[in-house]
Amino acid sequence: MYLYDQIDQRIVDERVRQFRNQTRRHLAGELSVDDFRPLRLQNGLYIERYAPMLRVAIPYGLLSSVQLRKLAHIARTYDKGYGHFSTRQNIQFNWPRLEDAPEILAELAGVQMHAIQTSGSCIRNTTTDHFAGVALDEIVDSFVWCELIRQWSALHPEFAYLPRKFKIAVSGSAADRAATWVHDIGLHALRAANDEIGFRVIVGGGLGRTPVVGHVICEYLPWCHLLTYLDAILRVYNRHGRRDNKYKARIKILVKELTPAVFAQQVEEEWSHLKDGPATLIEEEVRRIEGRFTRPAYAELLAEDTFLNAMLAAEKPFANWHRRNVHPHKVPGYAAVTLSLKRTGAAPGDASAEQMDAIAGLAERYSFGELRVSHEQNLVLPDVRVSDLHALWREIRPLGLATPNIGLLTNIIACPGGDFCSLANAKSIPVAEAIQQRFDDLDYLHDIGELDLNISGCMNSCGHHHIGHIGILGVDKQGEEYYQISIGGAQGVDASLGKVIGPAIAQDKVPEIVEKLIEVYLAERDGEEERFIDTVRRIGIEPFKDYVYGTNYQTPRRHSRQLAAA
Amino acid sequence: MAQIIKHRAVIQDSWQLLEQDPIGALPFSGDVIVPLDLWTRESDTLSFRLGRIGVWLEVDADPAAIAPDLDRFGVIAVRFAQFTDGRGNSLARLLRERYGYRGELRAIGDVLRDQLYYLSRCGFDAFTLRADQDPQQALSAFDDLSEAYQTSVERPQPLFRRRSKGHL
Repeated sequence: MYLYDQIDQRIVDERVRQFRNQTRRHLAGELSVDDFRPLRLQNGLYIERYAPMLRVAIPYGLLSSVQLRKLAHIARTYDKGYGHFSTRQNIQFNWPRLEDAPEILAELAGVQMHAIQTSGSCIRNTTTDHFAGVALDEIVDSFVWCELIRQWSALHPEFAYLPRKFKIAVSGSAADRAATWVHDIGLHALRAANDEIGFRVIVGGGLGRTPVVGHVICEYLPWCHLLTYLDAILRVYNRHGRRDNKYKARIKILVKELTPAVFAQQVEEEWSHLKDGPATLIEEEVRRIEGRFTRPAYAELLAEDTFLNAMLAAEKPFANWHRRNVHPHKVPGYAAVTLSLKRTGAAPGDASAEQMDAIAGLAERYSFGELRVSHEQNLVLPDVRVSDLHALWREIRPLGLATPNIGLLTNIIACPGGDFCSLANAKSIPVAEAIQQRFDDLDYLHDIGELDLNISGCMNSCGHHHIGHIGILGVDKQGEEYYQISIGGAQGVDASLGKVIGPAIAQDKVPEIVEKLIEVYLAERDGEEERFIDTVRRIGIEPFKDYVYGTNYQTPRRHSRQLAAA
Repeated sequence: MAQIIKHRAVIQDSWQLLEQDPIGALPFSGDVIVPLDLWTRESDTLSFRLGRIGVWLEVDADPAAIAPDLDRFGVIAVRFAQFTDGRGNSLARLLRERYGYRGELRAIGDVLRDQLYYLSRCGFDAFTLRADQDPQQALSAFDDLSEAYQTSVERPQPLFRRRSKGHL
């Protein structure tokens, strides 16, 4: 955990005081709805369909058990007893009262948390890999750099009123588990030949109504220049990004209109004035930040555990769970464990206050009191002894947190959708549930193998449907809720955007269509190792399209059966 | 005369702001703030007037255009059509940090109490608030937060450098 020092704490406390004053003036009629809006948004408060929604930052997804208990307390005291973990390492409360918001923020400040810039046209919460610090393929611990970016971006006086929201993601490992290619800025932490840390800088990626994979504008930026370079990018965007049309206001449109090469030149030109200025990072500061992170006191353990091996051989459900929800760790004898918030019948990413309290207890007993929130809307215990895995599994099963579906079809990523969000065209959660019910057979799920399914209730793409292997987008068709299906999207180092397979379909047809897509995949795949996304890439979307919409396509199996009958 | 905030105090404003290009109706004496267009066209004529001259810019103005003239202005004003247009923040920093402007830098237009803290960190030292705002009550906004991480015009050294020099 990063521990605040006095000044970090003072900034957050004073921010609460400032917002308390603003809210009081608003409620007293001294601050109009329009004048108050950007202020409340920059403190995480939306006015939603039924009530305000408060979005709390979990900076780079790192959470302590004490903080999680506080979130449970807030859910219980100010909300209806649950919270929703979003795809951007935030937690959202859907039912707080506006009058209570300052008090909630004060409670959060008491455990070193805040809602600063979790919405509004400003720099949002910086996200990263949920396995940062423990991943086997780690190149650089991204947390330190994320915290430096958090401090730089928090209450930045120049970039509080950008043309539109601005999201930064950092990856410090070989695999990209932070969706860096579809952020306004994506940073890949690298090590040069001399071991010096630097960053590959990607700009202009994004989802929403114009999905784009970002462009590299700098292959290697030495670490000391990180903040001045970010200042340069943000200044070019702040001055020249479009403000006449909110749908064209994201940086991706500016990058596209200028071309990436010209945009990069403008950044270089701006940077030439800022480079080596006072915002240039110094080693002392990087060390200081590093030193404020608590690190687990790992025991010296053997990598193999005979008890674990025996249990894996003896209990198939445990082995299934282990295969999907347990992840390798860089320290021998430890593993990272995903607690699935995707059990059938629960909205993806939702956790009740009781679950949060229970998970906080598990984190304390099994994982040094620390947790991660993943952008796939699950929670992770990052540092579990492998010899404890079986005991942990037995504890989390009755809590509904052991669904062995990480990486599988029912690990659905979904936004809150039309049930809660005033922007949504259509509901997401009932669609997710219907699909989970249809694929409730675990053996079948494991046979299908790795598959990302993402649902967004509207073009804003909070469910990241463009990068789902199967993406489902809610659309409005003459007042009816319809769903557009795309396939072939992917996150990670080979990120790609899905292609729409045809006209939108009605809500009750969605599970059936997903099943048809799976049938085509199972019939066409080149062995069990070939994932759904690989098959789509190999054979294209046509066979899927034909089978869903037309009569041209016959699965090879049925085709051969027909041949045999003839 | 209108009241403005300057250097964190409410004062009477001695400047007259010419919203539109006045075309011949320019008062011969007194301190006036003219639109950038007029300055660009008539800078020589304007210099013969009695009284000081200021210029006002829209938030999307290019500061390079007036860079050579900076020491001829008694005030530079930046007009916010909407307080949520952050281009004015970048413009102010450029005028101060890149072009070295030291004179009065005034935010005008849709300027509200709750913007003062950021605007002053970007280099504005004078503010004509929107008509419905009470300048006296707005003064407390400068102290909303006592510390900040970033570099700013007010405190060019970021927090981490001030920390490392033991100034905190």
